Amino acid sequence: MAFLFAQFLTGLANAAALFLVASGLSLIFGVTRIVNFAHGSFYMLGAFIGVTLMEVLPGHLGFWGAIVLTGLAVGLIGALVEVVVLRRIYRAPELFQLVATFGVILVIQDLALMIWGAEDRLGPRAPGLRGVWRIFGEPVPKYDIVLIAITPFILLALWYLITRTRLGILVRAATQDREMVGALGVNQAWLFTGVFALGSALAGWGGALQLPTGGADLLMDFNIIGAVFVVVVIGGMGSLPGAFVASVLISVLNVFGVTYLPQSTLVLMFVVMALVLIVRPYGLLGREEVAGEHGQVGAPETPIRPYGPLGVALTAALLALLAALPAFADTFLMVLVIDIVVFALFAASLHFILGTGGLVSFGHAAFFGGGAYAAALLVFHTQTPMELAFLFAPLAAGLLALGIGWFCIRLSGVYFAMLTLAFSQLVWSLAFQWRSVTRGDDGLINIWPADWLNATVPYYYFTLALGVGGILTLRHVIHSPFGYALRAGRDSPRQAEAMGIDVKRVQLVAFALAGAMAGLAGGLFVFSKGSVFPTELEIAKSFDALIVVFLGGVKTLAGGVVGASFMTSVEHWLTRLEYWRLLLGLVIIAVVILMPEGIVGTLHRLWQRWRPASEDTAR
Amino acid sequence: MTEILRADNLRKSYDGFLAVDGVSFSVRQGELKALIGPNGAGKSTCFNMLTGQLKPSGGEVHLEGTRITGRPPREIWRMGVGRTFQITGTYRSMSVIENVQMALISHHRRIFTFGPRAWKLYRDQALEFLRTVSLEDQADRPCSVLAYGDLKRLELAIALCHRPRLLLMDEPTAGMAPAARIELMQLVADIVREQGLSVLFTEHDMDVVFAHAHHIMVLNRGALIADGSADEVRRDPRVQEVYLGGGTLFKEAGDA
Repeated sequence: MAFLFAQFLTGLANAAALFLVASGLSLIFGVTRIVNFAHGSFYMLGAFIGVTLMEVLPGHLGFWGAIVLTGLAVGLIGALVEVVVLRRIYRAPELFQLVATFGVILVIQDLALMIWGAEDRLGPRAPGLRGVWRIFGEPVPKYDIVLIAITPFILLALWYLITRTRLGILVRAATQDREMVGALGVNQAWLFTGVFALGSALAGWGGALQLPTGGADLLMDFNIIGAVFVVVVIGGMGSLPGAFVASVLISVLNVFGVTYLPQSTLVLMFVVMALVLIVRPYGLLGREEVAGEHGQVGAPETPIRPYGPLGVALTAALLALLAALPAFADTFLMVLVIDIVVFALFAASLHFILGTGGLVSFGHAAFFGGGAYAAALLVFHTQTPMELAFLFAPLAAGLLALGIGWFCIRLSGVYFAMLTLAFSQLVWSLAFQWRSVTRGDDGLINIWPADWLNATVPYYYFTLALGVGGILTLRHVIHSPFGYALRAGRDSPRQAEAMGIDVKRVQLVAFALAGAMAGLAGGLFVFSKGSVFPTELEIAKSFDALIVVFLGGVKTLAGGVVGASFMTSVEHWLTRLEYWRLLLGLVIIAVVILMPEGIVGTLHRLWQRWRPASEDTAR
Repeated sequence: MTEILRADNLRKSYDGFLAVDGVSFSVRQGELKALIGPNGAGKSTCFNMLTGQLKPSGGEVHLEGTRITGRPPREIWRMGVGRTFQITGTYRSMSVIENVQMALISHHRRIFTFGPRAWKLYRDQALEFLRTVSLEDQADRPCSVLAYGDLKRLELAIALCHRPRLLLMDEPTAGMAPAARIELMQLVADIVREQGLSVLFTEHDMDVVFAHAHHIMVLNRGALIADGSADEVRRDPRVQEVYLGGGTLFKEAGDA
């Protein structure tokens, strides 16, 4: 019993940092509607800056002073990021901005590597709080008790700030109706900067406060961001008390999970999130979210049309070039093109559900990796012939998508995105922790194609045929009655329901189709590499696809394919450099700022301007 | 004339506030009936309960004797009830004619069809419906560039696609110029006469209402206070109080 209580206290202490970071994220999302994936990076910066300051400043005052200063410094950095990057893209729909924040993550990662090096730092112990107190006979670190005591005051201070001060009134007003606050003469730009700075500072404080129990390392940003999003979503986006309750819940669960269910630690919080969202779609204390627009800036979409003669000719020429490639290219280039085609199909499948369906999935890697694993498991355990195992990739992924979609489709907007993320984490943790079947992070190896395909050139043609075939199939569906019904449900669900369209059912079928296509890409992938590892199911994989879709252009049919080709090529060249993340991050941020309609969207607009004779401009 | 739609004691409450409080009425075959009342009277709430967007807190709706209370909008649509909305909800990423084609595709139950190109389907029929509302010359323009009045007419064309027996129109002429209002309602009246369908509509423009409606219902603060011919309604003292004694009305509404 005493042991349980001590465990509970450890959980409560861990909740302190988590709550700080989560409340910052919640605040930023509430006011600016930015899904700030770089929030974990501010937490990491807090830890590194904290360590550095604590080394410089001596004694009690130095320790606590360093923590205070760290928050201020990180807040300043946050304000800088807001002014330089995010302010330029506020007009963009909320989920587009997460691409920019992803660029920020990459930049901060490499900057931290440059400044602090690759080595992990141990945090200094808090002066005067080094030992333990005995509670019911169990040792509990003194610092933990201090953290537990501090947390309610942080909640209280934030609560006071939000409910009792003028700034708080503005923040709450902006959370409810940005435009109205702007119309009332409040300078939104500075309000946003202020809130972003405050949110970043909270993350920085979180990073500094956890130093004595944790430390600082370069993986902190990704390690915490999952938990932070879980907390914010469970608590309800924008709700501080909700974030507090959820932080405690998740931290305590984690501590007990480590003790009693060590195989399940990775997935426990995502299971809790999924359960909460299925029962309460808007979190414990959240309110119903008006689903934001999922498109992209720029003129309203024009009706889609298949390519004209010029477009068809260009596409045919490109395909002919790709078909002729083995005649003059080396293996290296062919492997690169295989990678591009596989990624392009994966991105096209996400683009289908995101662009045409308006459903932003954060967990699309579950179907890519799911397909890859389905085929690999069959080959690995039952020596199934490659041709048969390969068929199982899209089939299994499609069925998986049907199952996951059944739960997720009932939600919309950010909550839909988070539930798909939760399910993809579930699949990932299965691959990672169910070692007897999946071999965990050792991966499944020796998954080679059948003899007739087991060389670069035949497999190149195999990939080209199925990859391009998959992409063209998706395009065909977009132009079919089903694709129109899907778009109708995105444009106006009410109108669609009022003309006999079962919007949720259409979306579910589309989700399953997108999953099957992602699984096909996964199948092509696994036999081209000969192996598959849990990384193919990671959050980062899902985000890769999201980013290329937004970079390519959501509103354009070719967006996913072009974005994927661009990204794979750029990555391919940049990763040879030492600080490639920094460069890639800067490239992403540049594209986001300069081409808010995406690459294809912007090219399309320039093209329209270049030949103003087009029919509608003439009117 | 046979009764096509029947509402019995329809109620809707939001956290104890009764937005619609025991409304009963019927719409007969071939009738053009108006539901009028001041802002906030509960007209749109009533409509949304009839076509399934809202679940009633109490009461029943019958369509030609079949109970449709609380059924989803798409089922009620399939039973032959069309609907237009106060704020139009056309598909902004489609062209004008594609909006109509979408309704035709749904009407012919071809939503889960993956083969043909959607814009090739039912194009001639769609053009015919656009001609009814004089939009055929704008058929291939993107929906997003239409003027508001044209959007309203497009919505009407869409609503006619599945040959409804009953059409519910929520403020069909809102945001239109006065001449265009009369014109649109004249069109609706013609369609009612030619096709024998029934129309229930809400409207703020009394010229439009009294010029075209066969029967008029007046809703005030969630309750039906009159239901009859134009003359009967015009002479009803309670209606006069609501529409002419505006001061009293607003004072009472403020107290409530």
